[in-house]
Amino acid sequence: MSVTREQVAKVASLARIRMSEDELDRIAPEFNKIIEWVEQLGEVDTTDVQPMTAVIPQALRLRDDVIDADPLTAGGRREDVLANAPLAEHGFYGVPKVIE
Amino acid sequence: MADLTQLGVKAIRDGVAGGEFSAVEVAEAFNQAVATAEVLGAFITPTPEHALRAAGQVDADRAAGKALGKMAGVPIGMKDLFATRGVQTSAASHMLEGFVPEYESTVSQNLWDAGCGMLGKLNLDEFAMGSSNENSYFGEVVNPWRRSDGGNAKLAPGGSSGGSSTAVAARLAPAATGTDTGGSIRQPAAFTGICGIKPTYGRCSRWGIVAFASSLDQAGPMARSVEDCAIMLEAMAGFDPKDSTSLDLPVPEWSKTLSGDLRGKRVGIPREYRVEGMDADILKSWDDGIAWLKDAGAEVVDISLPHTKYGLAAYYIVAPAEASSNLARYDGVRYGLRDLPEGAGLQDMYAATRAAGFGDEVKRRILIGTYVLSAGFYEAYYTQAMKVRTLVQRDFEQAWAQCDVVLAPTTPSAAFALGEKTDDPLAMYLNDVFAVPASLAGLPAMSVPAGLNSAGLPLGLQLIGKAFDEQGVLNAGLAIEQRSGFRAAAERWW
Repeated sequence: MSVTREQVAKVASLARIRMSEDELDRIAPEFNKIIEWVEQLGEVDTTDVQPMTAVIPQALRLRDDVIDADPLTAGGRREDVLANAPLAEHGFYGVPKVIE
Repeated sequence: MADLTQLGVKAIRDGVAGGEFSAVEVAEAFNQAVATAEVLGAFITPTPEHALRAAGQVDADRAAGKALGKMAGVPIGMKDLFATRGVQTSAASHMLEGFVPEYESTVSQNLWDAGCGMLGKLNLDEFAMGSSNENSYFGEVVNPWRRSDGGNAKLAPGGSSGGSSTAVAARLAPAATGTDTGGSIRQPAAFTGICGIKPTYGRCSRWGIVAFASSLDQAGPMARSVEDCAIMLEAMAGFDPKDSTSLDLPVPEWSKTLSGDLRGKRVGIPREYRVEGMDADILKSWDDGIAWLKDAGAEVVDISLPHTKYGLAAYYIVAPAEASSNLARYDGVRYGLRDLPEGAGLQDMYAATRAAGFGDEVKRRILIGTYVLSAGFYEAYYTQAMKVRTLVQRDFEQAWAQCDVVLAPTTPSAAFALGEKTDDPLAMYLNDVFAVPASLAGLPAMSVPAGLNSAGLPLGLQLIGKAFDEQGVLNAGLAIEQRSGFRAAAERWW
């Protein structure tokens, strides 16, 4: 196996996905099979080829430097923003204590 | 009155405008069809009241002599990946179960502005990741088609837009929205005998569509005729300043200039799509397609797209990489699921939430994406894949010197049985081998029905066009539609 079970566990930890031992046993071989398969890209000669940056070339637009130019995406929508929060208190998102 | 659920977009729009029937009658007929087809699993959330409300407005506007929209009176299905204000938008994930957006996606708003109503939110593979619709937290979708062997095996409707394909094929909706990242409109359309077009990247705004792989994601219509697709695409597309990759171009009236006359056009047949061991029925349908396009006046030329073989592998680096980044937002803090084990801190909450909220395929892709973007592997995997992506696009650019549109099969096989490929992620990925190159290159591509295979299942032919040339794709699609004689519908068993 080119990617070890421990490496898969490390990647899961980086991706913040808790995985049981059973899950790792199941996912590690699948993961390897996929990685081994995509490694065929190594065959392609990409000397002097630029990696794609935009599929359809476009100039990035700048909006006017105006506060709240678009009311949909501007400020003043706290209620809407918090409406789907698992826990909202005093107009903020609630999370478990992060500092001792 | 004739069965209104047999009518497509144009027939409904024109019938409502001409007073042959009311929009409310149409909505009621489709609501009824949806309510009696639960066994197909096409809808996650039916919204009959939305369809009726929009239809009532259209009827009132007509009575008042107001101008009617491009799709006035047409009720549609909405893939549950588009944010709809006040209606759960789940992306078929446990993670977003109960998420009710406070805003409307640009594409869905465009459709309501055009006079559409919503029959409901359609099932899909979780976060649009899959090719069979078996990855939905809300259950699988069943293809209305069955093999003619009498075995009645349940078949996959394709994915990820499997609810959309089943709903349209089963006459639960005259049309539906889809999204296509690596074939998610075209492959399900092919599996269910309907049409579907992925426009040029940037034609339809991504604003309010749950993100999967942002450089590939593109919305498009799924319907039962090329003309219906053209009409609906006109309604969906358009510049949107809220999407930084939205094309700032006028939307052509594709449906008005639609023509199956291909005289003077050259159709490219990519030799690399003809792979060893290919399904004989697929090969035959491709040959039929070539003959039909010749009959329509086109000149057929052999072309080469030399990096086709590597497109799928590049896709399975690029798409998971972008997905791992996009799906980092599901952290149990701002919206969606939160799993907070007793006494857990913030990091544990993230990991527990993501473990509980995501299904296997989503986790698999997040892990692959995280791996290929990680220090030490980024160059070898991600950068190399983006270089190959450049080469795939270059292949097409060189092909356009010889042809105006490319004809190829949409899929390597007809619909497979549910459960047939669920144990082998790689076998499932290979389903998209013909669809992915156009996605990587951002090109408009369409699937149209070509006929039935020896088992009585529909097959699709794919047309790929130059960037911004949806018209060329639709015209070639129409030429096939006019000659294939495909009128078949799945026999009702549900």
